[in-house]
Amino acid sequence: MILVELRKLALRPRVWVSVLLLCLLPAIVGVFLATADFAPPPGQGGAFLSAVVSDGALFPAAALALVLPLFLPIAVAVTAGDSIAGEASTGTLRYLLVRPVGRTRLLGAKMVALAVYVTAAIVIVVLTSLVLGVILFGTGGTPGVAGPGGQPTGVTSLSGQSLSSSGLGLRLLGAVSYIVVSMLGFAAITVFLSTVSDSALGAALGGLAVLITSSVLETLDAAASVKPYLPTHYWLSWIDFFRDPVLWRNIDHGLLLQAGYIVVFFGAAWANFATKDVTS
Amino acid sequence: MIVTRALTKRYGRTLAVDAVDLAVREGDRYGFLGPNGSGKTTLVRMLLGLVYATSGEIEVLGKPVPKRVAEVLPQVGALVEGPAAYPHLSGRRNLSLLDAAGRGGGRRTRRQRIDDALEQVGLAAVDQRPVKAYSLGMRQRLGLAGALLRKPRLLVLDEPTNGLDPQGIKEIRELLVELNAGGTTVFLSSHLLAEVEQLCTRVGVVDRGRLVLEDDLDTLRAATGRVLVGTPDPAEAAAVLDGQLESRVGDRLVIRHSDPAALNAMLVEAGVRVTSIHAEQRTLEQVVLDVTGPGSDRFGAAG
Repeated sequence: MILVELRKLALRPRVWVSVLLLCLLPAIVGVFLATADFAPPPGQGGAFLSAVVSDGALFPAAALALVLPLFLPIAVAVTAGDSIAGEASTGTLRYLLVRPVGRTRLLGAKMVALAVYVTAAIVIVVLTSLVLGVILFGTGGTPGVAGPGGQPTGVTSLSGQSLSSSGLGLRLLGAVSYIVVSMLGFAAITVFLSTVSDSALGAALGGLAVLITSSVLETLDAAASVKPYLPTHYWLSWIDFFRDPVLWRNIDHGLLLQAGYIVVFFGAAWANFATKDVTS
Repeated sequence: MIVTRALTKRYGRTLAVDAVDLAVREGDRYGFLGPNGSGKTTLVRMLLGLVYATSGEIEVLGKPVPKRVAEVLPQVGALVEGPAAYPHLSGRRNLSLLDAAGRGGGRRTRRQRIDDALEQVGLAAVDQRPVKAYSLGMRQRLGLAGALLRKPRLLVLDEPTNGLDPQGIKEIRELLVELNAGGTTVFLSSHLLAEVEQLCTRVGVVDRGRLVLEDDLDTLRAATGRVLVGTPDPAEAAAVLDGQLESRVGDRLVIRHSDPAALNAMLVEAGVRVTSIHAEQRTLEQVVLDVTGPGSDRFGAAG
């Protein structure tokens, strides 16, 4: 069943368009950075952007920082919102269920397929931006680029020390895994909405409403008491993988929080879907 | 094959299906008739475990539904409320995904199964175009092919000839009769009397959620005790049949008489020429109209 779900995703033009768009945004930013003859001052613009100019190998990290706040969640919301509600609105849900495919099995396969989709999308973004970064900015300090002079060769961590390339690979791997888990927490919420609604669009918008609400509360001091529990609260903690030494505290909290969201909302989705009358 | 006992489904305050006792026997071609909105589709969905009953019991192929529906459904082919497919994929690919989704279908024999099913419904030469480019009739055939993929023992079909042209309807009817002769039980729900009358051996009529009639078609279409006679000498005939004549329109007479053969002999003996003579049978339409009220899609003034 998981293979069937993966085949369905792979046969869907929309999925590939979403991956293409995810790759396009960092590419556009990269081209602008490369053609301008100055780097954004450190602390401004997206994370890593100022460092990228001196070393293209850091561009994947910058690309992740660019797509994570909005682009990636939108793609996840659209795909997750489509999972059950999309089948319901094309009418194929009833035919799957009478094939028969168990409801629990179908929901599980949808969730696994989503995880594969998110992972593949992020990995593709990382790979294309790595290639692009190296082409546009080269590796190591490029002498012609303006910036704080005397950058040491090798990638510089956010804490100032330089990182070896194998160290960078591991950190990137950690960051990618962390982002996948963060997205799955969000996907679980949207999948739950997808079992409630028969409209894929409604479920996707509902997921985005959750995202926006969470982001707004994040900036509100009065909401300080709930902040640690907001789904987006620890999303940006993957940056901590690029500190030296890696700052594990927020990463651990983030993983635990997302695991909680996955368990609660996937459980709710299952409870709702397994007992629901399928009238679509 | 299908037995329900006091099956009831309530949506909020509306009673969609009300204490239905259905009995479909092995080998039947069962026609499930009812006006629009009378609860046909809800009942079909309950048989397939898509909708859960409020109360009552269902048994399909001898096993309780929805409790053991996973053991029942592999032997059931279904078409519920119109066909459905992923519009951006070809028909073949749709069938392949559907077949792969269920357990127990070997990968090696899949292509053969799909070819067989497409052949049966008359789509053997279908090309690679996506389903969104299909006509309604082609979609209906594809839906049927999906139901036939696993050579089911029981076919549950909701309005299977919807969208087909007369030629297509005839083809599907012949296919269903052929499958039935091969041992497949057919349960067909429809609001088209003619379709049921031509195909089915047994009829159930549902009205506003209640099963108001269930019987063999032959029993329902029993003779009415009247004989229809066509004759170029209506006046002479009327004279001979004094008292038994019910009505006369031109050269067509309706006569109260139980035996057309005896009546014919009598008329000929009296020198009345007869061009046609046959016993009047109740039509399914009369039977159904007698037991049902107006469809629930009608919201006219009462009375």
